[in-house]
Amino acid sequence: MSRTAPALDIDAILDDDATRIIVCCGSGGVGKTTTAAALGLRAAERGRSVVVLTVDPARRLAQSMGLSELDNTPRRITGNGSAADRVDAANGGELHAMMLDMKRTFDEIIEAHADPQRAQQILTNPFYQSLSSSFSGTQEYMAMEKLGQLRRSGDWDLIVVDTPPSRSALDFLDAPERLGRFLDGRLIRILTAPAKAGGRSAFKLLNAGFGIIAGMLTKVLGAQVLKDIQTFVSALDAVFGGFRQRAEQTYRLLQAPGTAFLVVAAPERDAMREASYFVERLADDRMPLAGVVVNRVHQASASTLSSARSYAAAEDLEARGEHDLTVAVLRLHADRMQLAAREQREQEHFTSAHPTVPLAQVPAMPEDVHDLAGLRQIGRLLAS
Amino acid sequence: MRQPAGRKSAARDSDWEGVRLHVVTGKGGTGKTTVAAALALALAAGDRKVLLVEVEGRQGIAQVFDLPPLPYEERKIAVAPGGGDVYALAIDPEEAMLDYLEMFYGIKRMGKALTRMGMIDFATTIAPGLRDVLVTGKTSEAVRRRDKSGRRVYDAIVMDAPPTGRIARFLNVTQEVAGLARVGPVKNHADMVRGVLASPETAVHFVTLLEEMPVQETLDGIAELRTAKLPVGGVFINMVRPTTLPDAVLDAAAADRFDLSELALGLKAAGLADGKADASLIAEALALEVSEHALRTELERRERGTLDTAGAPRYDLPLLADGVDLTGLYELAEAINGQGAA
Repeated sequence: MSRTAPALDIDAILDDDATRIIVCCGSGGVGKTTTAAALGLRAAERGRSVVVLTVDPARRLAQSMGLSELDNTPRRITGNGSAADRVDAANGGELHAMMLDMKRTFDEIIEAHADPQRAQQILTNPFYQSLSSSFSGTQEYMAMEKLGQLRRSGDWDLIVVDTPPSRSALDFLDAPERLGRFLDGRLIRILTAPAKAGGRSAFKLLNAGFGIIAGMLTKVLGAQVLKDIQTFVSALDAVFGGFRQRAEQTYRLLQAPGTAFLVVAAPERDAMREASYFVERLADDRMPLAGVVVNRVHQASASTLSSARSYAAAEDLEARGEHDLTVAVLRLHADRMQLAAREQREQEHFTSAHPTVPLAQVPAMPEDVHDLAGLRQIGRLLAS
Repeated sequence: MRQPAGRKSAARDSDWEGVRLHVVTGKGGTGKTTVAAALALALAAGDRKVLLVEVEGRQGIAQVFDLPPLPYEERKIAVAPGGGDVYALAIDPEEAMLDYLEMFYGIKRMGKALTRMGMIDFATTIAPGLRDVLVTGKTSEAVRRRDKSGRRVYDAIVMDAPPTGRIARFLNVTQEVAGLARVGPVKNHADMVRGVLASPETAVHFVTLLEEMPVQETLDGIAELRTAKLPVGGVFINMVRPTTLPDAVLDAAAADRFDLSELALGLKAAGLADGKADASLIAEALALEVSEHALRTELERRERGTLDTAGAPRYDLPLLADGVDLTGLYELAEAINGQGAA
């Protein structure tokens, strides 16, 4: 445990009815999705009605919750098999989970905001298809949109969400601004101008400028591509206004007191550095940070035996040619103590830069989490 | 096989002879960038010239080499063991677009005007596939580049690529733009890039840890690449822990038959315990660590077996006790050379 960092009280966050949204963010491979699922389960078993929204396409999470797969609709998780592998509903809570399907979510927005004919035009446009099914960028917008939808539905009193596993995991915070830039960009105006002004006359209005640009775009992209882009942009123009407005709403929702951001990390240099970046970024956007969860912290049971003494004793025994077993075990222990010390230093380094940020540690498990019992154990460790 | 490029190169025993573009992918947290950097050093060993490229704007290479952020410019960042240079380039899609416009149309200035108008923002927002083509296109150009005397400028290019979950899509450029442009210059450019990426001169390596999720993602990624007919390279198992305990001890620990009294005796003999009671107390605590280690080792063995099914060469890279620093990179490069991966 770091000496100076305040402790993160997970149960206080989960039990507070005012907490409506928990966002888990952090770099890839630090156990964000597992943390989100463990928090969801713990909150449900403590009496909250919870939905976990994950963007991680790994089937393993669904399986650990007793479902063969997750989809774009929240599914109730009850578990199966023994009592340990069922969600304990004694406190009146419920657990639901869903996985973001960004294409489906995007399609639904289009269908909701455009008349059927225009919707059809957009849905079949090649640029729309590329945009809506590609991984970069769109996922962040759609996660934000889905979060807003879930919140507005009022069906759950707590939403736990994990963010896309990229450095740009906080890009969804930029969604309103990027959409704004996109819509107000000169290029968009030029591309949509002919359609808006009712065809040919617009070319005259924009005069030679458009001609040159259109000519060049045709040269670089090809005429068909340019035409597809124009159709797409003008068809989407009407839809985007509402979309942008909702992204702004969700952004403000995230800043509100009912939201708790948890930065998830691992006690390694890169992951802690990323955690610092996330903490600073959240502060810049005035997003409410609850604390940092450090996963996979190595501990040694025989912590009173220092690594230096262990190494020395192992060497001594080995020189005497005695007790091979003890020699091997002492070396194992010494390595582990060293690793623990290094991880401790990484955390202290973080804490000295961010002394007020609460930390919670979760010890490294020898094996991966496979079931609800495993998630429950993670939740317990998070709260202890 | 082609003539080795540029500089003279001693014949060496590498599993990837003839490969000039090494694409390195891996799940987040597996140390993909570190391995890409070490591979670049290993390939440069013996007086070769290697370019290490970064495509995601994370400045990971600068961090690994402890340098200030890299510009969009090829610059020398390290010297390999026994001579040889590693250059680095952080590819910025916007700059790559200008390069593309200049190279194929000679209209760089016009391109700049387009950039000011938000063309790139636009392109990357509505068609991320285009962005991937620009980035892989810039890399392909470096692979094919020759100097005035017709020699290859770089002996090898190493790309620190997007993570495993996105790699097939990222490299499958023709597929990505097929829906957008069936004919025309963008399509032609994508075809050129595909020609480089799908050739025997390219290998896509996977970095993994001996853990369930990264191993599963590696197998999925390899299967996706094979479906897309893209060349699968080797599997680099990163952060491999040394086996400290003999198999017999591990087996005993796993079967709950670990010899506590022998351990306690040893502790007393080493002067680490005050009396019998203390010795058995420490022995019990240590035994917990042993059984955790045994579980972990068993899991790692299982994951190794799973990786076998991929049918790709495997290389072990040691866990660096002091974390990754410059010295550690050279240590990894040596391990890569020693196992014939470069």
